[in-house]
Amino acid sequence: MSFIHNQFDKSFLTTTVDYVFNWARESSLWPLTFGLACCAIEMITASTSRFDIARFGAEVFRPSPRQSDLMIVAGTVTLKMGPVLKRIYDQMPEPKWVISMGACSSVGGPFNTYAVLQGVDKIVPVDVYITGCPPRPENLFYGLMKLQDKIDRMTTIVRRPTEVRLEEEMLEQFKRKVMVAQTPHPA
Amino acid sequence: MLPDAFRDNSSAAALENWDPSAIVGGKRTFNETTLEIAPGKILAVCGYLKRDLQFARLSSITAVDWYPAEPRFEIVYHLHSLARSERLRLKCRLPEAAPEIDSVTGVWQGANWYEREVFDLFGVRFREHPDQRRIMMPDDWEGHPLRKDYPTHGFKYSYKDE
Ligand code: SF4
Repeated sequence: MSFIHNQFDKSFLTTTVDYVFNWARESSLWPLTFGLACCAIEMITASTSRFDIARFGAEVFRPSPRQSDLMIVAGTVTLKMGPVLKRIYDQMPEPKWVISMGACSSVGGPFNTYAVLQGVDKIVPVDVYITGCPPRPENLFYGLMKLQDKIDRMTTIVRRPTEVRLEEEMLEQFKRKVMVAQTPHPA
Repeated sequence: MLPDAFRDNSSAAALENWDPSAIVGGKRTFNETTLEIAPGKILAVCGYLKRDLQFARLSSITAVDWYPAEPRFEIVYHLHSLARSERLRLKCRLPEAAPEIDSVTGVWQGANWYEREVFDLFGVRFREHPDQRRIMMPDDWEGHPLRKDYPTHGFKYSYKDE
């Protein structure tokens, strides 16, 4: 054979685009700082040296949705915060993921009241739900690793439709339901 | 009329001296002075207290819903005199039907958001308030959540029809 024979073995690695992209994405998630209540304290703790979220490549908390690809919704989402959260989610560039951290953001938690959104999945698609009130940092890491597993199975070229269907008027409908039991405006 | 227990309280006595009809009652518990003021006089009384008795600081304004008692709403003002290191609590009772009282934003600018909060959560209106909007609930909200007859759950969200 020619000179070129066996030269490639040393310098090339064959792989798939999916594998490389997914590996790059899951190994460096940039979470959005979205602490809304007590769960945020555990999220902050997760980034301290004792727990060190940097071990999982997700330590760069960004204050801007433009620079982040993971939204950790940590805390109670009120009806007033709902539209804000939706807008910030919309501002994040694709690809993006959402972790719902804690009982409040998953299902409303202890606050089955007039003011609290009963689950953030009513307005944005959620990839991983984390139980607990609040979840410990280890719990958050477990959720993060679950999300990394999920990203591992993503396909880049062939776009599969996301399984969560979103209706734009969901929040409006929810608010209307809330209004039903309310006292009339005294004005 | 000023209750006799307040005769030795210089602020209360001075206020009584200035306008005998302003004070309709009072209470003294835990060494704290509470004066009940006729609702129509609150603006004048607050102006006097700030100007002449040096109550420069308004700590807070809040409200109590005494449902089903009548008069139903009680507006509570906490005043603080930095110069004399003295605190004073004023209360006004308002009826259930169209509760309304003069805004004290003209006296203390800081009253603005407190009054908006009371308006938002209790539905008490403040006359002459510069910016009478909701502050906590969404702008299109209906009802006033801290009223006693407002259901805590507010709703029964049914997960069945999802
Ligand atoms: S789930 Fe518990 S700890 Fe987390 S925000 Fe709600 S109440 Fe706070």
